[in-house]
Amino acid sequence: MTKWMNELGPDGDIIISSRIRLARNLEEFPFPIALTKGKSKEVHELISDTILKGNSSLKNECKFIELNEISSLERQVLVEKHIISPYLAANYEKSAALLNQDESISIMINEEDHIRIQCLLPGFQLENAFDIADKVDDVLEEGVKYAFDEKLGYLTSCPTNIGTGIRASVMIHLPALSMVGYMNRILQAANQIGLAVRGLYGEGTEFIGNVFQISNQLTLGRSEKEIIQNLKDVTKQIIQKERDARSTILSNNKIQLEDKIYRSFGILCNARILTTQECMKLLSDVRLGMDLGILKDVSTENVNEIMVLIQPSYLQKQANKSLSSNERDIRRATMVREKLKY
Amino acid sequence: MICEKCNKRPATVHLTKILNDTKTELHLCEQCAKQTEQVTFENSFSINNFLTGILDSIQDSPIKVDYIQATKCDHCGMTYGKFKQIGRLGCSKCYHAFYEKLNTLIKRIQGNESHIGKIPKRAGGSLRIKNQITELKIKLNDAIRKEAFEDAAYLRDQIKELQNQIKREA
Repeated sequence: MTKWMNELGPDGDIIISSRIRLARNLEEFPFPIALTKGKSKEVHELISDTILKGNSSLKNECKFIELNEISSLERQVLVEKHIISPYLAANYEKSAALLNQDESISIMINEEDHIRIQCLLPGFQLENAFDIADKVDDVLEEGVKYAFDEKLGYLTSCPTNIGTGIRASVMIHLPALSMVGYMNRILQAANQIGLAVRGLYGEGTEFIGNVFQISNQLTLGRSEKEIIQNLKDVTKQIIQKERDARSTILSNNKIQLEDKIYRSFGILCNARILTTQECMKLLSDVRLGMDLGILKDVSTENVNEIMVLIQPSYLQKQANKSLSSNERDIRRATMVREKLKY
Repeated sequence: MICEKCNKRPATVHLTKILNDTKTELHLCEQCAKQTEQVTFENSFSINNFLTGILDSIQDSPIKVDYIQATKCDHCGMTYGKFKQIGRLGCSKCYHAFYEKLNTLIKRIQGNESHIGKIPKRAGGSLRIKNQITELKIKLNDAIRKEAFEDAAYLRDQIKELQNQIKREA
């Protein structure tokens, strides 16, 4: 069970998940890009021992995974579930991860930095996610000495993460704002106040299924609390704007909206071939339909889960073999039909 | 033009490589280019490029070009030239080795130059204690103003203890 995929959090109709990531490095080792394989193993051991042999409750909750000991498919599934970053999977020869049972905590080892603590929770709960990540950080510090400078704060491999090393982000579903053509204005405004808006799978990925990731860009010169508060305030406003847009569409174009939602639902329940792109687009409509109470037989958690289950690696893992793109499209359609059956 | 590798899709990525005066050209489609190791395709608009772009544009810097290429971090061997290429530092000591240049860069990208926020218990060392002392001093002044001398004496002892701790650690 992956917590964010199977539970509906606060404001879960619009916010899919909240994430906090802290970047940390060990003082005595070169950063991961300059680490030899042997040295990177030492880093793995040091960090996993701190967690697995320490006194915190994490000891019994976490499992340690060397990324070169699992298949490339399994690595990609973790990426599709947002449990590890694409970069960590790509550098599997040197990297590892510690995951707790519900995968809400993920400690990535030898990503761009030695340590990336991630806490990922369903819905809108940035503060809770930060509290958890902050505690994990304290536990880690009992066993390792961090690279820290009095003036520059936590030192990171890339100067864009220096200072607090924090990246706070929300994954947000904005179908109504996209429909009324407001998204571009929101993207611009967010950029102006130091927030970045990205696609579903982070940097460089496209906007698909009206799902966006909003995160802070700056990490130095303001406290973790301020950074989170800033993102929270802006997200609250976007949530309000999305709700307003939903009710405007509902009161002015109810029948057209219902038509769109039922058509999408109809295709998903009956199609035999579905590409990721098409499937995500239709799921966005269906999710909106549930959130507005138009569709009653499926739940939002269900859609959150389907959004991951239809990704290419997940389908292949399920099938236990590698699949051509055509085969995947067929399996995707089958998977969706089964999941939406009622 | 059709992709040289798959011979199916149109070629949209054109590579020219000049090595020892031999010129090779490669015309690929996006998919094939991604699989070719010679092309760091996904990173072509990554944050690193912007960073190094900013570095290049720092005009008013008094530092000469030869400094830029040759300065080296003694700890990990990273040169400033390489950092400019990849946008990643080699170790935490690089921040000292390239301090003059990085300082300007950090100010530009972060809009700030000093850390506010969490301080680690161990690595933060005396800074954490110094912050505690500052807090206690404020409380001490408060106590004195209120003529709560018993509290003040207690706070004074605490401050002394922390100051001694810094001395011991130094």
